[in-house]
Amino acid sequence: MLNYIIRRILYAIPILVGVNLITFTLFFVVNTPDDMARMQLGIKRVTPEAIAKWKQEHGYDQPLMFNNAEEGLEKITRTIFFEKSVAMFAFRFGRADDGRDIAYEIRTRMLPSLAIALPVFVLGLIVYIAFALTMVFFRATYVDFWGVVLCVALMSISSLFYIIGGQFLISKLWHLVPISGYSQGLDSAKFLVLPVIIGIISAAGANTRWYRTLFLEEMGKDYVRTARAKGLPESTVLFRHVLQNALIPILTGAVVVIPLLFLGSLIVESFFGIPGLGSYTIDAINSQDFAVVRVMVFLGSLLYIVGLILTDISYTLVDPRIRLE
Amino acid sequence: MSFKPVILWTDALVYVLVAVIVIFAWQVRRHEHLLAPWRRVGHSASGMAALTILMFFIVIGLLDTIHLRPAIENGNGGSEAAYGVEVLSLLDLLATPLRTQVETTYSAPFATHLYARETVELPGGGQVREFPRLKFGGAHLQDPEAQLASDIATRAGAGAGLALLLWFLIATSVTALVAHRRDERFMSTLSTIWRGITPVPWRAVFVTLALILLLGGAALALCSDYHILGTDKVGQDVFYQSLKSIRTGLLIGTLTTLMMLPFALLLGVAAGYFRGWVDDLIQYLYTTLSSIPGVLLIAATVLMMQVYMETHPELFDTIAARADLRLLFLCIILGVTSWTGLCRLLRGETLKLREMEYIQAANAFGVSHWRIISRHIIPNVMHIVLITTVMDFSGLVLAEAVLSYVGVGVDPSTISFGTMINAARLEMAREPMVWWALFAAFSFMFALVLSANLFADAVQNAFDPRMKTLSALARTWRRKSIGKNA
Repeated sequence: MLNYIIRRILYAIPILVGVNLITFTLFFVVNTPDDMARMQLGIKRVTPEAIAKWKQEHGYDQPLMFNNAEEGLEKITRTIFFEKSVAMFAFRFGRADDGRDIAYEIRTRMLPSLAIALPVFVLGLIVYIAFALTMVFFRATYVDFWGVVLCVALMSISSLFYIIGGQFLISKLWHLVPISGYSQGLDSAKFLVLPVIIGIISAAGANTRWYRTLFLEEMGKDYVRTARAKGLPESTVLFRHVLQNALIPILTGAVVVIPLLFLGSLIVESFFGIPGLGSYTIDAINSQDFAVVRVMVFLGSLLYIVGLILTDISYTLVDPRIRLE
Repeated sequence: MSFKPVILWTDALVYVLVAVIVIFAWQVRRHEHLLAPWRRVGHSASGMAALTILMFFIVIGLLDTIHLRPAIENGNGGSEAAYGVEVLSLLDLLATPLRTQVETTYSAPFATHLYARETVELPGGGQVREFPRLKFGGAHLQDPEAQLASDIATRAGAGAGLALLLWFLIATSVTALVAHRRDERFMSTLSTIWRGITPVPWRAVFVTLALILLLGGAALALCSDYHILGTDKVGQDVFYQSLKSIRTGLLIGTLTTLMMLPFALLLGVAAGYFRGWVDDLIQYLYTTLSSIPGVLLIAATVLMMQVYMETHPELFDTIAARADLRLLFLCIILGVTSWTGLCRLLRGETLKLREMEYIQAANAFGVSHWRIISRHIIPNVMHIVLITTVMDFSGLVLAEAVLSYVGVGVDPSTISFGTMINAARLEMAREPMVWWALFAAFSFMFALVLSANLFADAVQNAFDPRMKTLSALARTWRRKSIGKNA
């Protein structure tokens, strides 16, 4: 087991290197730092001195891959590739264009993101499973049919409309909670209720439908027939046997997103003015702050890979038949 | 009127796509085993009703794809024709009144007056704050307050009546055709259709068609004299914008797949077929790409593309070409981020297929790898490609809206659902509220995505019977209720 985990972690390294190379190519080779400087300073009439100054201020004033001006090991370390891309493996993220420390921003903004993403994740899971179970319990009846129709309809609405509609109905018409904002501590609850509810509803269609399929697949298995043949009532079959077994694919499928919860949701956070990592990313995209976007791409893939490893481990925990070799 | 045809990049790809679909359909018609699952699609009521709606969207999208530059009238009668810089589509020309009747600012649907007070100079001197009359919306009315309702009713009634006539013609001719095919009398076919027991659910198709034609007929009759969905901040007709958004949505949903398909197919099949280091390399490639969260990769790439386009303005001659290229890039980028899922599926299926006896036999006969792949493997994985394509479509249309909101979507000058929502999102907070732009974007998008979802469901059900889809459910349910009645 430990052996396997170590091997998985080692296997993650080449993937992260690949991600790093992709971002490096995207951000520094496709467009040179000169292009970026020109973009930031305005396209027309930019003096070469202004570009040089901008590059120097933001630490882009070195050669890309190989520095001939330096001696020995510094030939490699004093380059953009080493200082901007390789440094990320040591979690040295550098500074954003406005001069703030990116690592500090990430640490402080992680909590607000988590405050929304975690309730959405946990409550969502419970709600979706409950609805899917109801539909399966009443399978091949009106309840099931209209339930699936509702799921498909919910899937067909853009998440933007859920947010706009929710803000309009609950905050503007009924004045139940503030439209947007955030505060520290327990006080923040009134700001979080609406984004959490909307987060749950906007993913409800696809997830409920998917869980229903998983439950139905489980219903077709032999042990269910045996349980019924023993004379167990349908509710016991469903809520004891089927639920337990169908939870394996559901939970292991959900594990992969747990690390990504830290990153928050881009649009929900920006609509509700939550100072999390999602709105940080959006702001960076809008102000074309490439340093921040680069860090978020790296962080996102790192967390995703962690999620994959966690998934593999959780498989062995919930299903003893699976052994990691 | 003379004009000069213009073929933008996306237009060319749409033509390629149409050609591919036509060739594919022709192939399917010739082979019974390929036709069988499509028959099952044709027998699904929700699928066919959805297809009817989709056809309308596709027709509008195609009309909007044929681009041209109309000639400018030359006052001195010069021999050389000059063409305007503005690139228009056939839809633009058909909807000229919608496109050109621009008010000054917001006006509500069917309004005759602006939505905001303006200072108007009185003829005798002096000023007054009032809601000015619209320049075009309901401008033919003498006394709007008294005439508006009856005028709208008569026009809508006339349009709907014509639409009903058209529907009647279509329905009768289809029924006659079905009767001829089934060798029955017209009336008996009509009654089977009416009771909804034909194999192809004609009743569902007719009902959907009637609904669309009624709505469309009334809208067509009204739209040249009223702004039926209001106008936006700069006075553009919202109905026109909604029509234009359809092409963008359809393009993103289809071209993305067209872009990624060759990569996914080739790499996925190669990985599964050759195994060994090829497999390792391709697996590494798609694991790396898929480990970057999609939105972030798209954002990073689009940002870089923006910088490139800003610093190389000489590459694009017209604004339309520039916006079009950006749309194409967006499709390519979306394709790059979304091919990994399909690639993984294809690899798995090919791994299974290559152990099959017929491929082992082909190997033993010394058939070349390329021939085995093209003759035996690719035709047998096409159903996966098809299901994924159809399933991805609605997700891509929805993704476009989110991406445009984030600021990494289509060019701001391209009309799309995303840009419409983005422009209108603050209008709900306005006093008095402006709701029609969002309403229009919502209803058009909902109709498009819902029908795409329903059609995808029918396709998936026909090609992959193991899935417990909506159509399957409807069928068992119908069977049950029929059994109960009997």
